[in-house]
This record gives sequence, structure tokens and C-alpha cells, in this order.
Amino acid sequence: MPIYFVHIAFIITALSGVPGLFLRRGSLIAQRISVAMMSAGALTGIYGALTTFFSQTSSDMVSFPWLNMGSCYTGIDTLSAFFLIPVFLMGMLGSIYGLEYWAHDRHPSNSRKLAIFWGLLVAGMALLVVSKHAMAFLLGWEIMALAAFFLVSIEDCNRESRDAGWIYLISAHIGTLALFAMFTLWKLVTGSYMLQTVAESSVSFAVMNTFFFLALTGFGLKAGIMPLHFWLPAAHATSPSHVSAMLSGVVLKMGIYGLVRWLSLFPNPPYAWGGILLVLGFVSGILGVVFALAQHDLKRLLAYHSVENIGIILMGLGIAMLGQAGNQPVITVLGLSGCLLHVWNHSFFKSLLFLCAGSVIHSTHTRQIDQMGGLSKVMPWTALFFLIGAVAICGLPPLNGFISELFIYLGLFNTIATYPGGLVAAISVIALAMIGALATACFVKVYGAVFLGLSRNNETGHFRESSIVMLLPMIILGALCIIIGLVPVLFTNILAQAVSVWSGIESVSLCNPAAVAPLSTVSLVAVVLVFVTGVIFLIVRNLNKRTPQAGTWDCGYAMPSPKMQYTASSFAHSVVSMFRWVVMPREHKPHITNVFAESATFSSHVNELVLDRLLLPLSNVVKRSSGWFHWFQQGLIQQYILYILIALFLMFCTQIPFKELFEKWFIH
Amino acid sequence: MTNILNAILVIILVLNLFTLGTSRILTVIRIVAIQGFLLGFLPLLAHNHFSLASILIVLTTMILKAFVIPSMMSQALRDAQIKREFEPLIGILPSIILGALATVFALLFTSHIPLAQEHTGTLIVPSSIATILIGFIIVTTRFKALSQVIGYLILENGIFIFGLLLMGAMPMIVEMGVLLDLFVAIFVSCIIISKINKSFSSMDTRILSSLKE
Repeated sequence: MPIYFVHIAFIITALSGVPGLFLRRGSLIAQRISVAMMSAGALTGIYGALTTFFSQTSSDMVSFPWLNMGSCYTGIDTLSAFFLIPVFLMGMLGSIYGLEYWAHDRHPSNSRKLAIFWGLLVAGMALLVVSKHAMAFLLGWEIMALAAFFLVSIEDCNRESRDAGWIYLISAHIGTLALFAMFTLWKLVTGSYMLQTVAESSVSFAVMNTFFFLALTGFGLKAGIMPLHFWLPAAHATSPSHVSAMLSGVVLKMGIYGLVRWLSLFPNPPYAWGGILLVLGFVSGILGVVFALAQHDLKRLLAYHSVENIGIILMGLGIAMLGQAGNQPVITVLGLSGCLLHVWNHSFFKSLLFLCAGSVIHSTHTRQIDQMGGLSKVMPWTALFFLIGAVAICGLPPLNGFISELFIYLGLFNTIATYPGGLVAAISVIALAMIGALATACFVKVYGAVFLGLSRNNETGHFRESSIVMLLPMIILGALCIIIGLVPVLFTNILAQAVSVWSGIESVSLCNPAAVAPLSTVSLVAVVLVFVTGVIFLIVRNLNKRTPQAGTWDCGYAMPSPKMQYTASSFAHSVVSMFRWVVMPREHKPHITNVFAESATFSSHVNELVLDRLLLPLSNVVKRSSGWFHWFQQGLIQQYILYILIALFLMFCTQIPFKELFEKWFIH
Repeated sequence: MTNILNAILVIILVLNLFTLGTSRILTVIRIVAIQGFLLGFLPLLAHNHFSLASILIVLTTMILKAFVIPSMMSQALRDAQIKREFEPLIGILPSIILGALATVFALLFTSHIPLAQEHTGTLIVPSSIATILIGFIIVTTRFKALSQVIGYLILENGIFIFGLLLMGAMPMIVEMGVLLDLFVAIFVSCIIISKINKSFSSMDTRILSSLKE
């Protein structure tokens, strides 16, 4: 039954932008209709997903005809339902947020486009999550990829936006190409496009490894695993903030979903797969957070944090794969629970952070961290929710990021204890701890520079707190972060069901991470922590009443100006310089010649690791070496007709028996 | 009958070479008009029967190809005030040689493809292929817009000759449709040529392609 709800939700969300086409450009009614349809569809879908967890019925399949292919199948199980919830939730919250952030009357030229592709994006993701057949999966995947392309390049009058869109489109299509290869191979090997587990013996080891690497490329490009993340920072930075939230919070997770679903088809994977995922995970994690630290652009910074969190999710998946390979249910359960819960958590707190960033940008009209400052006074609610998101993303108790990282830590410890030579796991523990520390440093930098101190901008008077329309989605997401963090036991049953479907462990109670992780202790500690923090906060505030007021970050100057404040870049400098070998920041320092220094400027920027240093130089080489091809393509109609003539001539030539003629004339 | 048919086809082949061999556009238009007039006889000769339909086709073909279209083109030529194709991609003599080679190639080619019994004795297939190739040569090597129109016209003549093979099988309406298409296409391009000339000083397609921007 639940699948029908998802189908209805699919139709309503896909059509949610259509009424706007029949109404006036920039009409607010059109936007309200599309938000209402999106919300109705999303709530139906969430209801469908939730009933899957509680109905206890086995998954039912719906088939629909597909040209030349027989039938296509969709069906919902708890793993699909688990991923459906963030899809629909963010679809709804993002569109509500858009009511003010991207109001139709202020963006008349592109708001209808946004509404249509927002609906299609949600619908495409819903379809791919419930598909049980490669064709339906690819259909959903392509709808999602193309809709996301139009959303990224929504401000197509900006060059920056267009470039980000093209790079995204190229990477998305390379990913789809890998998936086409993968599914074709699957059809060759198993004889059907159905995504079902097959007998181990029918697939040879080499073919299994081919599957693994094709999946890693195809899904990894979407998820943004470290060397394949190159499209991500630009796309997240240039698109509207609720679109960035959707991309980062949900679209990246579709890559993870694909990988998780695909790996579930191989019940006995080799150990190496888990090891590779673990290594890729911590490399993405560390490099992601290090690059985030070096950014000056608020949204680019958050985008690199997505790479980091995808790394953490991947580490969880790697642990689960190690558990499957060695048939150790405890490790599987801890790893996969960490992976899946972090998928949820990341989609909540990263969306929350992007929505807060959007609120800040909406008010200050800049994305540069070093031009903000002191915003907690004018935007207290945004500051509060950003703080919640920041604490959650750093994996600090008592919020939700801590819980999923706890599962992953426990999984890693179990791996070290169980497997001989768990060196990779031991390194991963250190790496995960380092990621947490660096993330905390990074968010101290962001929060300190953006919300604390004094405004570095003279136009503070114009800054306004966002209205309730934009705050409401943040409230819901922030509340979810707190609830998962404080009482994780509420969600372990849902997790257990999803883990059971993935791992093939029949007993749901065996899959419950609450059985292995000390969750009640965690809740208790968390509550105590909240209480103690509250008390300290009250005491400090009372003390503060007696201390004189002074500007923060004023570096001890007698006559401080806001420009003298400690900048975000200088805060991050010490950490960034430790990772100079990989970040390679470019600094343009002033050259001092006189005794009395003249006015000077200093700037620094960081190139993207893969895009700017590898792909663009490489593509320039290709471009230069293939310049001769222009000779064939000059836009001259005569030339093209000549090509037709040559083709015609060659076709005729195939009909002439030259050999016979040669013999007749010269040999007799 | 076959002899007369072949004789006309040979004249058409020679006229093809003539079109390649002159740079005066007005002369080329006249040659194409003569070619079109001769083409008109072919349906009668190829099938030996005089039905109302075939006579209608003959008359329409002759009127269109020999009188209406050439007069439209010479009108456009007067409007555009051009007389010669000054700088073709390939010179006049090389293009005649190329055309002769194309004709030889067409003859060579058709001697090696299996044809229906009744077509083996005639020159229909080789002359149609030769005419098509020469039309292509004109289109690719001449740059004046009007020369290109002529090239397409010769190309269409080649297709018309080929269509003789299918005369019995193809209904008249198709023939008429093709003629109508041709007429409209040339009508439109002649109008465009004389209009463009008023606002744009050149008729060179290399320069005209800058209009697409």
C-alpha cells in the first residue's frame, strides 16, 4: 500500500510548478499554489514512507509497462523509505523557504523555472529511490540530474552560475555513463534489469570488481567523494540557498543511496571493498574539511563540508562492508547505522546551515565571510539556528552529529578488535577524530567572523532578521537535530529496519544499534550537558552585566575600528598553513619598500584541488592540441555539402568492383 | 524511342558541362532553362504512352523549368546587379575537368550495378547521377547566392531524371508536389536575394553567413 502514496506524491510534486505557467509572470498566487502542491505531495510521501516502517508488511511491487523492455517495477522497502523522508521533507521545507527567499515578484524572470524544476527534482529523486528496476532507476536519476542542472544555472545571466551549471552537467553525465555501463553489464551477467540479489556463483570475481568500480565512479560523482567532488563547490556556491540546501542535503545522498542499494546486491563482498570505502571516506573527510577552512565564501565553505560529511558517511558504509565480508553482524549494524543516520543528520543540519547562510546572504547581499560580522545582534534567530547546525555538524554532543559519529567510532573499535591487522580502521579512528577537531575549528571561524564581533560592513542599518516564513523551515530542521541528539532511541527502530533490509539479517532486533551502543547513557549525559551549559550561560550573563561593554576582536587598540578585527582568514591561517602541501593557498602580499609603508592590499585564494589544478589544465591541453579540427568545421555551407558529396562518392565506390576491373584491364 | 531518349540525355550531360564552363550567371540560367525544356520531353520518351497525367506533368515541367524559374532568376539577377561568378573556389577549367570526371565515374558506376531489364539500354541512371554530382560541384565551389540556387536546380534536375525510373510506380501527385516545392523554394530565394541586395551590399555567401549572428 505505501508505494501508492509515494506514486501520488510523485505525481503531485512533479506537477507542482505547472500551474505557475498559466498564471502571470511573477505572480505570488502561482508560488503559493506550487508550495501548497509541493507540501501536499511531500506530506503524502512522508506518510507513505512512515507507514512502511510501521505496517510490518513485506514490500509490494507495482509494475508499469516500458517500451521494448516488458515491465518496469517500483516498490518500497524500509531502506527506500529511509531515504524518502529527507527527500520529501526538504522538498517541502525548501519550497516554503523560497516563499520569501526567492519570492516570485522579486525574481519574475526565473521563478517559474525554479518552481518547475524544484518539483521535478523532488519527483525524480522519489522515483529513483523506489525503483526496483534499472530503467526506472535511470529515469529517476536523469530527471534528478537535469532538474538539478537547471536549478544550479537558474541565474543564467551570471557567468559564474552558467559555468557552475556546465561543470555540473558534464560531471553528471559522466556519472550517468558509468551507470549505463554498469546496468548493461548487470543485464548481461544476470539476464534481467531487476535490482535483486543474485546467486554469488553466477558472478565472477573480476565482474564483481568491475561493478564495484563503475558504481563508485557513477554514484561517487553524484555524492562528491573526494577526487570526484570537483563540480560541487561551484554548484553549491552559485545556486540559490534553498537549492544549495537541497543539493547538499539530499541530492548528494542519492549518490550514497545508489551505492548503498547497489552494494546490498552483493551479500558476500571481498574485504578490499570495505577497505577502499574506508580509505576514500577518511581522505574525503580530511581534505574536505581542510579545504573548507581555507575558503572565504560562506557557501563554498559549507559545500566543502558536504565533501567532509560524505566522507564520514562513506566510512560508515566501509565498516558495514567489512562486517558483511567477515560475517560480523555487530560491525555491519554499527557501520550501516552510522552511515544511514549520518545521511539523515547531514541532510538536516547541512540544510539548516545552508538555509541560515541563505538568510544571512539575503540580508547582507554578500557571500564573503570577511565582509560580515556582528550579525547575531541583528539576526538573533538565524544566529541561534546556525549555532545549532554548527554544533551538530562538528559532531559535538548533545546534537545529532554526535550520535552517528558515535556509531561509526564504535564500529571502528569493533573492527580493530575483531579483524587481525585492522590498521586501516585504526588510522580511520584517528582521521575521524581529526575531522571532528578541524570541523570545530572551521565553525568557530565561521561563527566568530559572521555572527560575533562588530560588523565589517557600514550598512548594518539595512540588515533585518528574516521573517517567520524563512525561519520556520530552520525551526523544524533545528528541532529534528535536537531530538535525534537528545533521544536517539526514538529512531533506532527505524534504523534497525533499514539495516535489516540492507544486510539480509532477518531479525530486526539483532539489527538494532541500541543493543550495542550505550544510547540511554548518551541521552542522560546530553540532558545533563544541556542543563549545565544553561546554568553556566545564565551565570556568565549575570556577570557580564557588571563588566564594561567593549568591541570584540578589537586587538587591544585604543581607537579600534571594525576593520581591525581578527578576520576569518587569519583565524584559519595557522591550520591552513599546516596543510599547505595540499591546500596550496595563493597569497598576494604587499611589497614594502619605504620606511613608512604606503597603502597596500593583501589577498589570498585557494584553487580547487581537482578542477583548477588537474581538469582545467588538462582540458586546455586537449583544446590546444585539437585546434586543427576547426579546419573541418568553419560554418561554411559549401563545406558541409562537400562532405555530403564525399560521403555519396564513397558510397558509390563501394559498389564498383575495382578488383575485377583491374584484372580485366591490366591482366586480361 | 530509346535512341532519341539517349540523345536528349547526352545533350543534358553536355549542358551540365557548359554550366560549369561559364562564369556569366545569365548564360548559366539560360543553359539551365534549355536543360529544363529538354527534361520535359523525357517522361514521354521513357514510357511510350501518352496519358493525360503524363502530358500534364510534361507541360508543367516545361513551363516551370524552362520559363517561370529562369525568368524569376534573371529578374533577381537584374535586381542584384551581378553578372559573373568572379572567384569560384575551383577555377573554370578545373571544374569542367571535375565535371567530366564525375560523368565518367557515373557511367562507370552504373555499368556495375544491377538494373531492371528495361533500363539497361538507356542512359537514365548514369546521366541522373552525373547531373546530381555536377549540381553538388556547383553548390560547393560557387559562392554567389544565385549560383547556389542554380546548383540546387541542377541537383533537382538530376533527381527528376532518376524519377523517370519510377514513373509508372510513382503517382502523379508526387511529381507535382516535388515541382511545387522546387518552385516555391526558388521563388522564395529569389525574393530573398533581391531583398538582401537592397540592404546588404554583397551576395557572397561567405559574407552572408555573418548575418546569422
